[in-house]
Amino acid sequence: MNVTPYRIILCDGTACINSGSRKLAAALQEQLAQHGLTDKTTVGLSGCLGMCDKGPILVVNPGYTIYGRVTQDDIPEIVEEHLVHGRPLARLAIQEDHLYNRFFRVFGDAKFFGKQMRITLRNCGIIDPENIDDYLSLRGYEALAKALTDMTPEQVIAEVEKAGLRGRGGAGFPTGRKWKLTAAEKAAPKYIICNADEGDPGAFMDRSAIEGDPHTVVEGMAIGGYAIGAQQGFVYIRAEYPLAIRRIKRAIEDARSAGLLGKNILGSNFSFDIEIRLGAGAFVCGEETALIHSVEGMRGMPRPRPPYPAAVGLYGRPTVINNVETWANIPVIILDGANWFRTVGTETSKGTKVFALAGKVVNTGLIEVPMGTTLREIIYDVGGGIPFGKKIKAAQTGGPSGGCLPEQYLDTPIDYESLARAGSIMGSGGMIVIDEDSCMVDVARFFLEFTQDESCGKCTPCREGTKRMLEILTRITAGKGLPGDIEKLERLGTMIRKASLCGLGQSAPNPVLSTIKNFREEYEEHIHDKKCRAKVCKSLISYEIGEKCIGCGACRRVCPVSAISGAAKTRHTIDQDKCVRCGMCFNTCKFEAIAKG
Amino acid sequence: MAKTQLKEKTAPVVDDKRIELRKFIDEMKTKEHADSHLIDVLHRTQHLYGYLPTEIMDEIAQAMQIPTAHIWGVATFYHYFKLTPPGKYEISLCLGTACYVKGATQILQVIKDELKIDFGEMTDDGLFSLGPARCLGACGLAPVVMIGERIHGELTPKKIVQVLKEYRKQAGKEDGK
Repeated sequence: MNVTPYRIILCDGTACINSGSRKLAAALQEQLAQHGLTDKTTVGLSGCLGMCDKGPILVVNPGYTIYGRVTQDDIPEIVEEHLVHGRPLARLAIQEDHLYNRFFRVFGDAKFFGKQMRITLRNCGIIDPENIDDYLSLRGYEALAKALTDMTPEQVIAEVEKAGLRGRGGAGFPTGRKWKLTAAEKAAPKYIICNADEGDPGAFMDRSAIEGDPHTVVEGMAIGGYAIGAQQGFVYIRAEYPLAIRRIKRAIEDARSAGLLGKNILGSNFSFDIEIRLGAGAFVCGEETALIHSVEGMRGMPRPRPPYPAAVGLYGRPTVINNVETWANIPVIILDGANWFRTVGTETSKGTKVFALAGKVVNTGLIEVPMGTTLREIIYDVGGGIPFGKKIKAAQTGGPSGGCLPEQYLDTPIDYESLARAGSIMGSGGMIVIDEDSCMVDVARFFLEFTQDESCGKCTPCREGTKRMLEILTRITAGKGLPGDIEKLERLGTMIRKASLCGLGQSAPNPVLSTIKNFREEYEEHIHDKKCRAKVCKSLISYEIGEKCIGCGACRRVCPVSAISGAAKTRHTIDQDKCVRCGMCFNTCKFEAIAKG
Repeated sequence: MAKTQLKEKTAPVVDDKRIELRKFIDEMKTKEHADSHLIDVLHRTQHLYGYLPTEIMDEIAQAMQIPTAHIWGVATFYHYFKLTPPGKYEISLCLGTACYVKGATQILQVIKDELKIDFGEMTDDGLFSLGPARCLGACGLAPVVMIGERIHGELTPKKIVQVLKEYRKQAGKEDGK
């Protein structure tokens, strides 16, 4: 009988909950009781580990064995083999390669973590996010204590400035300089805002960071408040993230009862508290002036800058707005120092960046890599490459404000400048891998449909311009593209980029312009040859029944417009004039007799 | 913005939901910058009623002393707020990028064919309503839909038909009781 006191951690991120992690807890307790291990084993929860496609995840410590895709039926075997006999279960364990960074001691040999370096997400998947003691045991709130006792506000700002930290929300404005500008303002009171209004489709960094380690954000904001002289902070978070909202609320309450928020924090003269404000689903509210209007309870529309929020922000007062990820970096910089932080990353971009890796890639999930890592390393080493042996066509970074980078840019190191030079942006961290099955014109249309819908309507270039661009793109994908459409898109796009009021409009044409730049031939095929090489654009494809047809009649029966005819047991045919290209026959045929062309 | 002073009437407090909402508003009014809590109040309203009923918005206007037009402006600006009652099962089809490249439009077509409704509509029996979602943050399971509070992932045209069928069955059972 093995008597090692084990600690089992169940990932309690959204993806794992959806794939059934909570059912595992009950099964686990039952098995532990059966083997009389209840007293010797603790079962805890953790935030997102980032290996979302392998969920539910279960980690057994010591030994740091990570089990993936665990079902209730696997629990008896895990308990019996691993906990009782001390033999980790190779069948379910995720163990492949070597690691090189400080992550090693916690997560052992898992290839997924090999190229990663976790600063922002350092506690995600390790601590129980709803337990402040877990956070405290890993040097939590030490940075706040250090700032309050050993440093002046000016020194805190100088340290952040020296670290070279830049805003992780997308634009990359130096955080230290932002703080300095706000601190220099004479008006009072001043405010701190955490932007957790993550609206990019396909991005979930902020949600996972808050779900996994909410106290880091609270601590970062408190340090920021001390630095600029603010007493009140706001977390503006999407209403669509109920779990993240609950955890950040809990963290704020726990910090308050522990004397880490509220009046005279840790016996100093500094008082600071945080309130939560819910967003309501408007992409434009990620823009700082729009976000401020939304916090004030109004329509979230941007206004011209300057004056910048550093001078005139929330309720007309000086305000610092930073993204969740930026705030999560602050405690590390204060604790480990700017000199250490500067060793990570590239010349102009220091530290790490979190990406939500998704789309056509083997390992989807949340990753954090040092700045300067190449796209190829992210997609192939961390992401495990493209499934089903397909070829990569592009990597899309920055969501609807970013661009599509084709294969030749895969060796671009990730930093703010290199990505901008390649025609995309860092953005908040969405990274979607696109393979040869996707049509680039259709992808561009998808993003523009999004930004067009989210345009707040205040300025004409964005409101009208994106609409006209969308019309042209829709026409091209419908097979009605006209010669000269590409040039029109380029002209409109450049104009919208230059003339729009806020970041939404200024970046809305990016997906279109970057796909035209890198995949012009696909646009030309759509317009001139009426062909879609990825066979995505419905109007440009046709279905044919080939020789493999045995005349079963399944396709004839499902066809909604009766375009298929043929006698039983003979090859059927499709009437192309009647066919609406719904693809029902293609999906129904069991003999692969129908070809898409 | 110049604020017109409205004469506050006491809203007819007749049900629990109204009482709860009124309590919440009164609490918000004690805070600094009371107007800025309007979005919180609308969230609470939608949480209670499932959507934002017009007459309740009028009552909020009186209680908070904010013009109805302003409240209407805020309610219509944000996607999250619904102005029509939802079906028993609310379907949110994720149209985020990851779901899109993994075939969300196909799933949408199947749902539309199956239920004969489009975005923003409800089936005649009041069972299902359909809406788009920007990103449910479950990209690892793409394509996904959220029905009620539950996420259904890794969908195929066949699987979504099956899922809808199960909800119908469940509703039938509940009616039977």
